[in-house]
Amino acid sequence: MKVVIMGCGRVGAELAAQLDREGHQVTVLDINPDALRRLPPDFRGRRVVGNGIDQDVLRRVGVGDADAFIAVTQGDNRNVMAAQIAKEIFGVRKVVCRIYDPIREEIYRGLGLETVSPTRIVVNMLREALAREPAARGEES
Amino acid sequence: MYVIVAGGGKVGYYLAKALVEEGHEVLVIERDRARCERVAAELGDIVLRGDACEVTTMERAGFNRADMVIAVTGDDEDNLVVCQVAKARFQVPRTMARINNPKNADIFRRLGIDHTVNATDAILAHIEQELPVQALIHLLSIRGGFLEMVEVRVPPHSAVVGKKIKEVLLPQQSIIALVIEEDGNPKPPDPETVLRAGDKVVVVTRRENEEALREILTSPYGPLSLRK
Repeated sequence: MKVVIMGCGRVGAELAAQLDREGHQVTVLDINPDALRRLPPDFRGRRVVGNGIDQDVLRRVGVGDADAFIAVTQGDNRNVMAAQIAKEIFGVRKVVCRIYDPIREEIYRGLGLETVSPTRIVVNMLREALAREPAARGEES
Repeated sequence: MYVIVAGGGKVGYYLAKALVEEGHEVLVIERDRARCERVAAELGDIVLRGDACEVTTMERAGFNRADMVIAVTGDDEDNLVVCQVAKARFQVPRTMARINNPKNADIFRRLGIDHTVNATDAILAHIEQELPVQALIHLLSIRGGFLEMVEVRVPPHSAVVGKKIKEVLLPQQSIIALVIEEDGNPKPPDPETVLRAGDKVVVVTRRENEEALREILTSPYGPLSLRK
């Protein structure tokens, strides 16, 4: 599978490294050249410095031929815009977009984007953790 | 009319000022404190400090009763989100966005933004009006010059951008023979083919229709004859 990942933070770099190890063709795009250093030394995919909301940059990295596009920069709005360009202009079939703001995430899910809100997910996990009985200290197992 | 302006930089400030002078109710949303103070000092209490992309800010600003939202921050992605959320969440009837990269006009239109404005295109449109012949290139004459094969580049501000070929009213005896996409990929046109900014369109036409053809494919307002 050809995958383009926009944003090489912790999540982008980790996802890229895993997919690369599994044998996928991965391209990682980040506006900041230093961010691409997060990729492991044995990463075989492509590293590209560029702005993912610029259609010319997306065309250059071959988004038109990609099977999937993942938008995971720190900016919700950048992710939303790049994801919609990948979907509408380049016709990428699988587009996933990270949106921290749960309200915006809900709105864009309603507009047909496949979205992930880390905020919502972590809040739910914390609530589940809170609901569990605390493990008693010093108790024998 | 209640107009909300997202972004209180130079464009936002002068826009708000002009709208106030025309008697509209105006609210400017701006993140930066110093900019808020500057707008308030000049125009009075019509500034809301906050992130216009946040739904909570939009609610405080009264997006639900806005007649128009105009997003003029320096970032295209922020302008896009303000307008999209204004439409999707608050049913704002008209949205307008400033774009900095002229190539974004097409995607903004497709995503439902009613109108986009950008300085680059405004200037380019004037240049192209001054140099009208540039947009049309003669490729060859057919049948002793009765028919011409010409190439027209579709500029980003053209009225045909985003339209299907079947929706474009060409002059008589004109046929689109080929569409060459911006990246150089040629494709045979069919009625459903959507024209994009930067496409080169190869057309067979009668010599006397050249000017009309150029106008239709390059003008922001469509053909001259259909203008009011």
